[in-house]
Amino acid sequence: MHWSGPAIVCATLPHGEAGAIVRLLTPDAGLLAGYVRGGGGRRTRPALIPGNRISARWHARVESQLGHVTLELDQSAGPLMLGSRLSTAVLAWSTALTAHALPERHPYPALYDALAGLLTVMGATEDPRAWCAALVRYELILMSELGFGLDLSCCVATGATDDLAFVSPKSSQAVSRAAGLPWADRMLPLPGFLARAGTHIAPWPEIADGLRLTGHFIERDILHGRVAESLEARQRLLRWIEAETR
Amino acid sequence: MASPEIDQLTSLLAKLPGLGPRSARRAVLHLLKKRETALNPLIGALQTLADRLTTCTTCGNVDTRDPCGICADPRRDRTVICVVEEVSDLWALDRAGSFGGLYHVLGGRLSALDGVRPEDLGIDRLVARARDGGVTEVILAMNATLEGQTTAHYLADRLEGTGVRVTQLAHGVPVGGELDYLDDGTLAQALKARSPV
Repeated sequence: MHWSGPAIVCATLPHGEAGAIVRLLTPDAGLLAGYVRGGGGRRTRPALIPGNRISARWHARVESQLGHVTLELDQSAGPLMLGSRLSTAVLAWSTALTAHALPERHPYPALYDALAGLLTVMGATEDPRAWCAALVRYELILMSELGFGLDLSCCVATGATDDLAFVSPKSSQAVSRAAGLPWADRMLPLPGFLARAGTHIAPWPEIADGLRLTGHFIERDILHGRVAESLEARQRLLRWIEAETR
Repeated sequence: MASPEIDQLTSLLAKLPGLGPRSARRAVLHLLKKRETALNPLIGALQTLADRLTTCTTCGNVDTRDPCGICADPRRDRTVICVVEEVSDLWALDRAGSFGGLYHVLGGRLSALDGVRPEDLGIDRLVARARDGGVTEVILAMNATLEGQTTAHYLADRLEGTGVRVTQLAHGVPVGGELDYLDDGTLAQALKARSPV
């Protein structure tokens, strides 16, 4: 079995003295895990930073085998990793979530494009609000690809398509302001930038609302009962974003 | 055919980093041949170390006394603490001989994938040391990895409000490094952190 093409490094674990096991998100083969010979060495290690875009070749003798990976670095995520605390946290969370949540060897082309897009925005835009909002959108796409998408198209109670202001924490469907106001304290606020079309830069409070919204469903549906530290890493990111709103 | 005791020693040595079954066998043969000059002193040294080995309750370094040799050294600058992930990082920095302050060993780094949380590391002890007074600067000497940088940002966050200056090691072109051989990330970071000549 062979595969080759572009990929994004999502996780790297040291294996033995000199090797590493990587998990790569690919456009047409989904999440692939493989052993990188010399992955713990000085030369290959910089190519294995989560978020790096690489050209990879993966091969295994049989389908059940882990597989071997050889790779070349195309674009380093080093500057994002060594940037601000928000940049490091967004990079760490988006790649860790991808590595944790996706089953292996299922193609998710839309998710690959979304993660590549998030990394591009992070590299190209100085304003952290742009890529924190992109992270919220990425999480929504990930949930949708895994079958837990939110329905933000119309109000679950009235069918109205405008003035959607809440999301039901149970049904994960949008609720209009008029229908949801009496139960506002039990609802999750739907941030305006998710309801609005266009590419306006979202304000920090809306981004924080967006992360709380996706966080509720990621914890309930995607990472339920798993990886407490992952969720703690997300809490830290949210705390730092909340600090920006003050 | 070796005796079970020799086989056991060989298999124990083969588990050490840098050694495999063949090199472990060579080491065992050497120890058996040089019983007086190699085997017995090695047994003595290992036994002494096993009896006395302890972790410094101040900085987390491993030593045969508590506080460790570095923390007990009166010539050390007690106003600066350099935070490292592992004891091996402390040894590397101290070997360089360019830092005369104290250290703090975290014992790992935050990792979402490995499930390492802040309470698993010596972070509370570090904050207490920074608050104790007398400390003016904390240098975060974390590895240039995603987990290392995440830990550095978390520490900077925790140390906010202690009144100490928090700094971080520079990242860029290594001494003796040729630009042609450096990866894009290192080059980009070096350019970003350029300084006037």
